[in-house]
Amino acid sequence: MKTVLKMERVSPPPLQLAPQPAKQRRVSARGDNAFRWLTFVCSMVVPLVMLAIGADLIISSLPAIKKFGLGFLFSEDWNPVTESFGAASSIFGTLASTCIAMAIAIPLSLAIALFLVELAPPRISRTVGTMIELLAAIPSIIYGMWGLFVFAPFMANYVQPLVGRTLGFLPLFQGPPLGIGMLTAGIILAFMVLPFISAIARDVFQLVPNVVKESAFGMGATTWEVTYKVTIPYGLVGIIGAVFLGLGRALGETMAVTFVIGNAHRIAASLFSPGNTIASTLANEFSEATEPIYVSSLIALGLVLYLITYLVQVVSQIMLRRMYRAWSVGL
Amino acid sequence: MKRRPPTGRRAVNLVVSIWAVGSALMGIAILFWIIFVVVTRGLGAMNLAFFTHLPTPPGILGGGLVNAMIGTLVLTVAATLMAVPLGLLAGVYLAEFSEDSKIADFSRFSANVLMGMPSIIVGVFAYTLVVVPLGKFSGYAGALALAILMLPLVTRTTEDMLRLVPNTLRESALALGAPRWRVTLAIVFRAAKSGLITGVLLAVARVSGETAPLLFTTLNSPFWFHSLGEPIPNLTVTIFDYAMSPYPDWQQKAWGASLLITAGVLVVTLLARFTLREKKL
Repeated sequence: MKTVLKMERVSPPPLQLAPQPAKQRRVSARGDNAFRWLTFVCSMVVPLVMLAIGADLIISSLPAIKKFGLGFLFSEDWNPVTESFGAASSIFGTLASTCIAMAIAIPLSLAIALFLVELAPPRISRTVGTMIELLAAIPSIIYGMWGLFVFAPFMANYVQPLVGRTLGFLPLFQGPPLGIGMLTAGIILAFMVLPFISAIARDVFQLVPNVVKESAFGMGATTWEVTYKVTIPYGLVGIIGAVFLGLGRALGETMAVTFVIGNAHRIAASLFSPGNTIASTLANEFSEATEPIYVSSLIALGLVLYLITYLVQVVSQIMLRRMYRAWSVGL
Repeated sequence: MKRRPPTGRRAVNLVVSIWAVGSALMGIAILFWIIFVVVTRGLGAMNLAFFTHLPTPPGILGGGLVNAMIGTLVLTVAATLMAVPLGLLAGVYLAEFSEDSKIADFSRFSANVLMGMPSIIVGVFAYTLVVVPLGKFSGYAGALALAILMLPLVTRTTEDMLRLVPNTLRESALALGAPRWRVTLAIVFRAAKSGLITGVLLAVARVSGETAPLLFTTLNSPFWFHSLGEPIPNLTVTIFDYAMSPYPDWQQKAWGASLLITAGVLVVTLLARFTLREKKL
């Protein structure tokens, strides 16, 4: 009883709910509305830009599309003098270098994620994780410098002769060891996309509930068995998303590839020979293109790249979104 | 039940573990290989003239890249001024007002797609949008391309950082009678300050090393920076031009410029990462 009385005494006097002046409230509401609209408009700039890029590429490449039609995609011609252009060699090079990159990057980055989550002690895991992430921070052109002046000679002097001697019976690995070419570009691309895939794969591995993993461990499974039979199937959607994210990066990577791929408009069977990609062709020739049809053809190449990466990004976003939503973690 | 001896399984496990450790070591080795090469070759180009003089024509030794350093700074600042206010406000809408509507979802999705868009495509976009109508290459086109690359980064990190601010803070401010816009700008922004700065820094680091979107928008120039309306000297395109040239002196300057860019980007990224980590703990 005593305490109740005490509380009554301490409690503040009843609130006097004086009605706010109507004018002031209206102003505040108006400010809020204006602010909300301002932020809304700003948030619509991003999707608008994305769509505008697509529309702009279609409009600017119309002359080339009209002149060459669908044949543009399948013609290997690329001759600014006769003004005959085809995208086949660039598309082939883009896909080939990306395939090499993914073939190397997927096993490496999944293994790195496995190391970071399951094998390394926390302190080492954090340090190594940061270093791998720094690989993604190094600008593309620095990979290009390193690739052209250091890695390509290394490939020409050590790797390619060795591969040529042992696997030279395959047409893939024939020809002079130039250093620059499809294989070198693919390997450097692999190093560049590796941090993107391993960062998400690490998240995926970490998000698998410990109970699930521990029950497998409790059954006597080894780390590898838990990863292969529990973690990977459980997080498959996320891993596919991660791989597609890396794929998108590899497809559009420009400067590093431009430095080391050799820039030849041809489709060669050997991975040792120079080639080109859509991005490298744009980087090399755009500022020198003067004829309108030449520029338009280059932009049409860009449109092809835009469509491919857009598709890949959409798949990646859907997969990642599905994973994070299923595990109710905000992306 | 018959027990299978675990030797085979253990062996497989061991092989996979070695593969995992080996992959991690290889990743680290590549990182340090690149940094080592850039530092050792770049240091050779460092001297007073490198930081104070204009480039010399091919064949004439000496000279520096001070104009390109200034140009890169100007371009980055211009892009930041365009992208950061827009990105911050867009992030505010997504985090504070969107209530997970369909259209906000589309905006989020577009930001993610735009982040993965090849930077050279953005360069083509800036070319057709600015260079063609103006009839000349200009700094505006390059700055616009860089801003487009920055915008989704800033938007997404802003949203993430604002979502980390506890709702109780907003509610207390609203209960005091503050309008939403003041709550956001004065309370939520202040609470998320270090995270927002980090996000902006990461975005700046990301675009300051970009080359592809500048190749046919801003071009390059051997002269001093005058105005954004003309080709602007910049470090990254200089690296590309000089590296492809047959002159050893120019190639060495390209390494010097590479060292500047790499050091700048890595230092900013590391700083941003460490502040972000403290924020999250």
